[in-house]
Amino acid sequence: MFTRAAPFTPARPEEILRQVNPWFILLTFVLALLANAVPVAGLALALRPDFLALAILYWCIQEPRYVGVGVAWLLGLVMDVADATVFGQHALAYAVLAYAAEYFRRRVLRFPLWQQAPQVAVLLLACAALILLVRFVGGAPLPRWTYFVPPVVGALLWPLVSVLLQWPQRPARSPGEL
Amino acid sequence: MRHIPAEPPPFFHRGPSPFARLAFFGLLSIALMFADTRFRYLEGVRQVAAVALYPLQRVVQLPGEAVAWVGDYFASKRALAEENAALRADLVAHALSVQEFARLRDENANLRALLELGQRYSGSATAVEVLYTGRDAFTQKVFVNRGADAGIRAGEAVIDAQGVVGQVTRVFPNMAEVTLVTDKDHAVPVRVERSGVRSVYFGAGAGRPPELRFMAPTADIRPGDRLVTSGIDGTYPPGLAVGVVENVERDTGQVFARIAVRPLAGADRSTQLLVLGQAAALPPRPEEPSAADVAKKAGRGKGRRN
Repeated sequence: MFTRAAPFTPARPEEILRQVNPWFILLTFVLALLANAVPVAGLALALRPDFLALAILYWCIQEPRYVGVGVAWLLGLVMDVADATVFGQHALAYAVLAYAAEYFRRRVLRFPLWQQAPQVAVLLLACAALILLVRFVGGAPLPRWTYFVPPVVGALLWPLVSVLLQWPQRPARSPGEL
Repeated sequence: MRHIPAEPPPFFHRGPSPFARLAFFGLLSIALMFADTRFRYLEGVRQVAAVALYPLQRVVQLPGEAVAWVGDYFASKRALAEENAALRADLVAHALSVQEFARLRDENANLRALLELGQRYSGSATAVEVLYTGRDAFTQKVFVNRGADAGIRAGEAVIDAQGVVGQVTRVFPNMAEVTLVTDKDHAVPVRVERSGVRSVYFGAGAGRPPELRFMAPTADIRPGDRLVTSGIDGTYPPGLAVGVVENVERDTGQVFARIAVRPLAGADRSTQLLVLGQAAALPPRPEEPSAADVAKKAGRGKGRRN
């Protein structure tokens, strides 16, 4: 018999998630940063979503006591160094993203995962648009329309990311339960 | 539909409100952006942080390198033999020009000595490999696997087998950032090989052809002309191929012609690059005396004469 719920099913509404381990949150941020730094080219580069933004969004919605505007801002600074972009660009975008997540979290959490995805898409697109605005004001050229593909891919990955990140917090099943 | 409050009830105090935090961190980010773009205050911070992040970046490159290594290991003997034969044929084909080059170099040195021109600097070069392309969608940059450890300095020119790729813009201890010639407003002084007309080549950003700006509609430039570096900036050694003129639009209503260029170097494809050592230091540009200086000097001269 399973002692833990199968990993690839979302938490059922009657399940109460367990307390999250802060080290697990940190681990997911490090993994997201690594996923963002993997050297890829061509189509993979054009499609790759911002995993760090996804992780920040998830933890701001699920665990606002641990991850808020400040943590998101710090992670944004790390991302700015890793990407060699303008200092403060990702920091600002992630801070706004964290604030929006905190503002909308009660609404987002009421929907099943696949209905959360479009709402996440709007947040990620707004985040990308903010970066675009900041860079445009700074004199950068307008990118091609493919610039807005990664946020959409990120939203499509949202159900998968949610299931993976909430798996360690799922309660153990009692042996007799189906 | 019930109203869902956006804020928790006010009796659980958890520090400043999210909006206050957002305002604080938002203003801080904007201040940082100003400090970074206008004054370049934060390069030191960036260097330190980049060194701290370097191990992480190495870790994520390992799988790709492992795949490449396994691919190399299982490359068939036949493919290797074919490649070897092709390389040998290339070597023979180039042998004549190499020997010719040695003779011409000596001859040129003699001629330059006779004409009392300064010697051309033949600097050192460092072979580097592209680690990854920058993720920033607004700039055209690549990161290469050698940095301050190999003596690379900011400002050095980077080429590949076909031509100019770009310029080193930041140097970290173990890697360097190369801004490509296709980056927006990246300028390279060039010369049209056919006619000798000098111009400046400007990148236009991803997906847009670079252009030659400020060229009179009457300038002697045709589609198909090869552009090479003119070397007058002291950064790019003269004679490196930069691009080919694609299209020349001469609009009588415009002051300048619109000249689109196709870059020759595989700026976004090549993985093996060469960083050229800094060319000979040009003599410093004579300072233009300002009007105040001229007046002061005149006054001092008068004083001394008295």
